[in-house]
Amino acid sequence: MSDLLAVTDAGLYCSQGDFYIDPWRRVPRAIITHAHADHARSGCGRYLCASPGTLVLRSRVGSSAPIDSLRHGDKLSINGVEMSLHPAGHVLGSAQVRLSHAGTTWVVTGDYKLEADPTCAPFEPVECDVFVTESTFGLPVYRWQDPAVVAAEINDWWRANRDAGRTSVLLAYALGKAQRLAAAVDPSIGPIIGHGAVMKMVDAYRASGVRLPPIDRVPPRARKMGGGRALVIAPPSVAGSRWLGLFGETSVAMASGWMSLRGVRRRRGFDKGFVVSDHADFPGLLTAIAASRARRVLVTHGFTDTLTRLLQERGVDAAVLPTRFTGEAAPDTAVAEPNDDDTQDDTTDMSEEAPA
Amino acid sequence: MKRFTDLYWRLDATSSTNEKVDALREYFAAARPEDAACAIRVLSGCRQLRAVSTTLLRQWAAEAAGIPLWLVEECYAHVGDLAETLALVLPHPGPDAATTGVGMGLAECMRTTIEDLRGASDQQKRLVVERVWQLLAPRERIVWHKLLTGGCRVGVSQTLVARALAEVAGVDPAVMAHRLMGTGVTDATSYAQAMSSEPTADDARRPYPFFLASAIECEPRDLGPTSDWIAEWKWDGMRAQLVRRGADATLWSRGEELVNGAFPEIVGAAAAIPDGTVLDGELLAVRGNKLLGFAAVSKRSGRRSVPRKLLEEVPCIFVAYDLLEHDGVDIRGLPLVERRLRLESLVPLPCTAGAEPAASEAVGVPSETAASPQPRLLHSPCVVGNSWDALAAARATSRGRGVEGIMLKRRSSFYGVGRVRSDWWKWKIEPLEIDVVLLYAQAGHGRRAGLHSDYTLGVWHDGRLVPVAKAYSGLADAEIVELDRIVRATTLDKHGPVRVVQPTQVFQLAFEGISHSTRHKSGVAVRFPRIVRWRRDKTPSEAGTLADLVQLIDAETIDASPQPEMTP
Repeated sequence: MSDLLAVTDAGLYCSQGDFYIDPWRRVPRAIITHAHADHARSGCGRYLCASPGTLVLRSRVGSSAPIDSLRHGDKLSINGVEMSLHPAGHVLGSAQVRLSHAGTTWVVTGDYKLEADPTCAPFEPVECDVFVTESTFGLPVYRWQDPAVVAAEINDWWRANRDAGRTSVLLAYALGKAQRLAAAVDPSIGPIIGHGAVMKMVDAYRASGVRLPPIDRVPPRARKMGGGRALVIAPPSVAGSRWLGLFGETSVAMASGWMSLRGVRRRRGFDKGFVVSDHADFPGLLTAIAASRARRVLVTHGFTDTLTRLLQERGVDAAVLPTRFTGEAAPDTAVAEPNDDDTQDDTTDMSEEAPA
Repeated sequence: MKRFTDLYWRLDATSSTNEKVDALREYFAAARPEDAACAIRVLSGCRQLRAVSTTLLRQWAAEAAGIPLWLVEECYAHVGDLAETLALVLPHPGPDAATTGVGMGLAECMRTTIEDLRGASDQQKRLVVERVWQLLAPRERIVWHKLLTGGCRVGVSQTLVARALAEVAGVDPAVMAHRLMGTGVTDATSYAQAMSSEPTADDARRPYPFFLASAIECEPRDLGPTSDWIAEWKWDGMRAQLVRRGADATLWSRGEELVNGAFPEIVGAAAAIPDGTVLDGELLAVRGNKLLGFAAVSKRSGRRSVPRKLLEEVPCIFVAYDLLEHDGVDIRGLPLVERRLRLESLVPLPCTAGAEPAASEAVGVPSETAASPQPRLLHSPCVVGNSWDALAAARATSRGRGVEGIMLKRRSSFYGVGRVRSDWWKWKIEPLEIDVVLLYAQAGHGRRAGLHSDYTLGVWHDGRLVPVAKAYSGLADAEIVELDRIVRATTLDKHGPVRVVQPTQVFQLAFEGISHSTRHKSGVAVRFPRIVRWRRDKTPSEAGTLADLVQLIDAETIDASPQPEMTP
């Protein structure tokens, strides 16, 4: 029996169904796990995504792109391959792709996390024979705290800055993390302001029915904003840019899983680092892998070699599946590198692990 | 312990001097004396003995975390800091840990969980370590691990610690700096003494805070007439103060360590100078008339005692360039020209090592004979030049002499504390340079953890590239990130943490000296190699050759011939 999925030049391909999952080239038929730039590229013939993510995907691949949607859990047959989409908990509309054909079931996770996130449906464990998992944070040094604890830390930092008359600037990916953070902080501390790239996605989230607190836009000719009280949520690319001049004295914090490490925090030179990720931490990866009850695990983007070796030692049939979602996890390139995606008006809101 | 941990992270989080002093002041103002004394020891980077080997810690942590040892090693390679790696892989502490912690002060914590472990059996050590692990949150564990393994370095200078303590005690920062020198504060009693506003009785052995020079920032001729300046050789040795008071002679390194044991011949020779004298100078390793350089001195410096063989292999002298105390009086406030006059009367022999062999062995560093033992105490002679051109010509002979260039000190300058720009300048020689090709790369540590920033570089020989130097960057942060990406993309092979890359990138490598070496495959050894520029305009075929390097060795030997005028 041949594999249901194979890595080709264009991406992860299902020959029986004749479609790709998150292709990195323009292909006739693409199933998209989520709308981050390294998973959703423009110019494909047709797109298919989970219904909650339709508007978000449309804002990324263009208003004229033909996008089909499928509700979480609904089944669709494509050339005899049974396909369904299941929540991955990563960002709004993120999905795991379940494929079933000739008695074998595969699940491709895309990116996922197990933590609670008020802005998207929680990760749903799906049993399968072959589990294709990401491994962005696949080292035991990566373990997330309770999101409520991190939210309290962010609130404390914001409050202290406000009391000192400083604007708080929180850097986060424009799609997903920015909205998750906006929903998590305490809006009674002060006004929340969103960067243009963040607001584009905020609009898509709100139009998709996600409740978010009031977030102010920066008007085109603004001279001064925030009055030293606001929390500004912006993509990491604004760090060190003139745009921050709008806000007077600032304290700049980065929200990323890589902020777990002191070396990264120091090297990036931010005033503060908050450990917030939309990816599974190390225990989360192991939990999801165990819950899949898969007899075979294929590990993609991240610490692939390490996680594969550990799984093998624990008696799991595991192997590396080389994809282009990323090379190796590289904290410094995660935000510094513009993605080669030609449709993006801002190049910063790629997913966390995505160096080109 | 929690308060010290908080201090550690506050100091870690800021690069502002004022914020660091604020954090230190607040800590010391509230700390118990024994904890404060302990904190001073840690902050001043006093070498701490390792209580538990890191090999054992890794094994225990792997078992506690339920992961294989190789995975701990992988994590270490990624994180770049062992204390942090172990802190992060260990299971999170129980829910009550946040409220209790280890529940003791820094001093007690260090005594019971670290110092008492020395000499204990591995099993006893493990019990203590595992108990502490259960009590500490990850951020506290990092600090404790660093204390435990003797590698706790905090980014504050002794000057800042002295400033904060001086503010708390209400005394002059210079007085406090002096009190902290050497074995100044060891326990609650000596801390109380150091914090008293009265002069303390224990001042007798203490050296003075070292006055430091800065690298010259302008053209020397912009410093004004040469007559305002005193030029000396910049010796390639170890800075030290020789303190001769009462019956005692003590030798102090710049790291404030008492190094009497490492240089017994210097301490012995100090008997010849009068009571109430403090000399500032350089410990140099010399054989015959040849300076052996810093690496040779450092073979001696770390030791508590020196075996006879090493004493003979690396004979040392002390070359004084300043007099800080004369007849028991602190004369740091006198002009340099006056201090030097007095110095030369106390230590009349000039050091001429490194110059061409003297016709007579009456001066310089003659070999030891039974009749006249080798002089150990010398003074650093002035380099005489009536113009900046003449001094530049003298400086050009530095490499051949085994010195690093010239020091320029203003004649009228007093001896300050720490590094004050304007009066003392280092005018070092330009480095040697060659273009090299990147061959291997390895991930860095600390701030550069996870980035390939340790490079092995090579030159051409017989149509192949041979490694000649390792350089720990020298590139800007953004360049390191970019190069890291290239390293990952052009990796041919991995050997543990080392990646063999396709030879595509060319760098301009600077180094201070070069010599033949049997220990290096290439047959040459370069000193202090570092990258000065990324030569994106060059292809590997344009890089230098081993023959170019060998030619530099020959050039150096010839370079030594001209001898500038020297006066004692």
